[in-house]
Amino acid sequence: MVLAAVVLVCLSLISCTHTATNEGGAGHVTLINIAGATFPYPIYSKWFDVYHQMHPTIEINYQSIGSGGGIEQLRAGTVDFGASDMPLNDQLLSTFKVKILHFPTVLGAVVPTYNLPGVTEALKFTPQALAGIFLGKITRWNDAAITQPNPGVKLPNQKIIVVHRSDGSGTTFVWTDYLSKVSPDWKAKVGSNTAVNWPVGLGGKGNEGVSGLVEQTPYSLGYVELIYALQNHLPYGMVRNSSGKFIKASLDSVTAAAAGAAEQMAHDIRISITNAPGGDAYPICSFTYLLIPTQISDTLKRDTIKDFLHWMMTDGQKYTEALSYAPLPQAVVDIEMKQLAEIQ
Amino acid sequence: MRYRSIWRKTVNALMLGTTGLCALVTVSVLILILAYLAVKGWRYLSWSFLTQLPKPVGEAGGGMANAIVGSGKLLLVAAVAGVPVGLMAGIYLAEFGGKTFSFMVRYTTDLLNGVPSIVMGIFIYTIVVLPMGHFSALAGGLALGVMLIPIVVRSTEEFLRAVPGTLLEGALALGASRWRGVATVVIPAAFRGIATGVLLSLARVAGETAPLLFTSFSNRYWSPGWSQPIASLPVMIYTYAISPYKSWRQQAWAAGFVLLALVLLVNIGAHVILSRRHSVQRG
Amino acid sequence: MSTFTGTVTQAARPEGFGRARVFLKRLRSGDEVAHLITLIFALFIFLITCMLVYELYIHSAIPRRRFGWHFLISRAWDPVFEHFGALPFIYGTLVTSAIALLIAVPLGVGGAIFLAEFAPAQISDGLTFVVELLAAVPSVIYGLLGIFIVIPLLRDSVDPFLQKHLGFLPLFQGPIYGVGFLAAGLVLAIMIVPFILSISREVLLAVPTEQREAALAVGATRWESTWQVVVPYARAGILGSVFLALARALGETMAVTMVIGNTPQISASLFAPGYSIAAVIANEFTEATGAAYLQSLIALGLALFILTIILNGVARLLILATTGRGTAH
Repeated sequence: MVLAAVVLVCLSLISCTHTATNEGGAGHVTLINIAGATFPYPIYSKWFDVYHQMHPTIEINYQSIGSGGGIEQLRAGTVDFGASDMPLNDQLLSTFKVKILHFPTVLGAVVPTYNLPGVTEALKFTPQALAGIFLGKITRWNDAAITQPNPGVKLPNQKIIVVHRSDGSGTTFVWTDYLSKVSPDWKAKVGSNTAVNWPVGLGGKGNEGVSGLVEQTPYSLGYVELIYALQNHLPYGMVRNSSGKFIKASLDSVTAAAAGAAEQMAHDIRISITNAPGGDAYPICSFTYLLIPTQISDTLKRDTIKDFLHWMMTDGQKYTEALSYAPLPQAVVDIEMKQLAEIQ
Repeated sequence: MRYRSIWRKTVNALMLGTTGLCALVTVSVLILILAYLAVKGWRYLSWSFLTQLPKPVGEAGGGMANAIVGSGKLLLVAAVAGVPVGLMAGIYLAEFGGKTFSFMVRYTTDLLNGVPSIVMGIFIYTIVVLPMGHFSALAGGLALGVMLIPIVVRSTEEFLRAVPGTLLEGALALGASRWRGVATVVIPAAFRGIATGVLLSLARVAGETAPLLFTSFSNRYWSPGWSQPIASLPVMIYTYAISPYKSWRQQAWAAGFVLLALVLLVNIGAHVILSRRHSVQRG
Repeated sequence: MSTFTGTVTQAARPEGFGRARVFLKRLRSGDEVAHLITLIFALFIFLITCMLVYELYIHSAIPRRRFGWHFLISRAWDPVFEHFGALPFIYGTLVTSAIALLIAVPLGVGGAIFLAEFAPAQISDGLTFVVELLAAVPSVIYGLLGIFIVIPLLRDSVDPFLQKHLGFLPLFQGPIYGVGFLAAGLVLAIMIVPFILSISREVLLAVPTEQREAALAVGATRWESTWQVVVPYARAGILGSVFLALARALGETMAVTMVIGNTPQISASLFAPGYSIAAVIANEFTEATGAAYLQSLIALGLALFILTIILNGVARLLILATTGRGTAH
């Protein structure tokens, strides 16, 4: 009891001092809560931190409880805005009382990573090879579908151990969305979602789970976010794009894919950019979005988010590359700027 | 007769060794884990980690001061909400309970204990967060509070039952009423055990992430008062542990270490107070 | 608490009827008040559990209507085409919890006996302190330790060893990945051992010294006095700690999902990857969209609840059958 009392007093003292500094130092502080995807959490926290330094009375609190969680919380009204790795389809949008706008913020890509003892070159994968492996039809590393685009690489006669994400994730959505586009067989049997019924393979939780399994299991193949591969120096392969070129994922080749899809985005900003046209485009990438209602009754929050979005699309983009996120192409920024006027 | 005596002595020594081995294996595995965490966490610990707000990736310094205070506040709410319920229900089961209803309460307590933490989070979300319309420290504390009830109930009941019936009978014989006997004789006799249960339950919920995601949410900033989203160490550990950046994953280890150190401090504090007051009871 | 007596005594006035008189007498002594207050709190727990079940029930209407009882025996889990079934998850939950108990109960109880009965008090207290601390380690950290320590150990040493010597059993056949039922069971065992050990030790310590002295006085060895007198005396409390541990094993999410392999399949081999109910809920709930998908995850929560009811019931019956007495609460 004594202990509890002491703790209580300490805690309330701490909270009090902070309330005091908050209110005394900088006037009334407005807290804006946003919930959603895990993938953009680092860049969002960077942006909101910089923005807070520019506007000390505004705290934008982003928490990565998952894209599905973000969408649900936005609908329930427990947060001010949402964030998601996948665009909302029409059916989901119709469950909202107000119109919801999608604002692409940064780009991400998903890359195939593998553990092949003795192979140091970056492997080249055709879309058919990737779909075949994940469907369980291509089972060995020396299958013609893999060896043919990789002349000179000695591929072992070993079983491929497939590793996929087990948790629902935007990464899985992008990966399966891509496989659905390039393989009718995949589309009919498995389809695309944040989690699917995998025909083969082991499930690892999160990027770290997949990369951990791949690192520890010889002859395995999995997929992870590009950022995760870059930051942790994982080996990853090239993928053949829609123009027939093998492209290694990089920030430039990802932004190129977005630029290639910009024309279609003018009609519907939610369009998927996997397998995008363009000679230099990496085929397995996607936007991540902030979800903003068109009508916001709190004028302070409305003005803040409009100001923030404007800043994010212009000055804010310079922070992306240091964290390995691909920046938006100008064509997409132009489309978003137009959309910004719709918020009232 | 002699063979039998040798046999009995052998069994005695053998079983002593076996149980000793059990203790050794268990404790050494656990100490190994603790040491691993301490070594990994200690390396990345700094003064700024304890006193500063989180900083974005790539910036030096930055800490989890708000999460440390936040975890404290959440545990406080949890203790205030959950411990009295658990204690009282435990006392009921041990001292006043009938047959059928007690059975039902025990059964439901065990069921409650087996509810996955994420489901508990969803439950508190629907009954507290949705009606309130926003995430809050209170909701998070309540989620943890409900989770610690079963442990407190079960341990309280067991320790009260372990007190020899003769103690209470003695008190009753002296003319005390039953509740007076329980309050002044039985509960003090079982105090050490009950306190162990309470501490164990607090330790158990201190490391929970899943029930907090949808209740206390989290916060990159300070959270004054009780009705705003609030940061907590487990949620920060979770968010940082799954990030692609090494510097954040290191902070996650440091946070894990801090969490343990805090629980350790509370435990030591409690033990000091308990042993001062109840050293007589130890046989 | 002593304030209750004064006010109640004034209000109490014996009436004619016997039952009322007894009641009032007890009321006057404060017993009935104490009874009532503690009863209310006990009732509160009961109510919370009922509310929880109710919430789970109403939020799982779609899968209940669409799949009915078939949900429990279906092996499908397909979020794209919306076929959902719980069987592989139920199987995984049962198998991992069983492995965890098989390892943790002997270790925990054995360790508790040693620490309570044989070890010097100082050492015993210190070690127990460390063990209790372990309960506070976030499960995500147990999961990380599982990935980096337990899995390599299993894959490179333990699993091949078991396969070599016990490979004739279907339990130990098939390819070895490291992740799987055995890894999950092992990590769970490490997580639940602190509960069994620390509560059992306290219960054993609470056994009156006279019990031991009496046994020793009639010539029992220390082990005989412990095993035949002290442990039976403390049996109910030890079983209580096992119940706590079992419940924790059934409901654990984060650590299990990081080491179980997360593949919804039913396989006799302990080396094979599997999945558990709590793990799939934690994995997919935050990213799930669409009512049928979300509600199927809630329905899994309900399924786990039913499973827990059955397991607790079976465990109680078993204890009742083996002891023949009503010590099993």
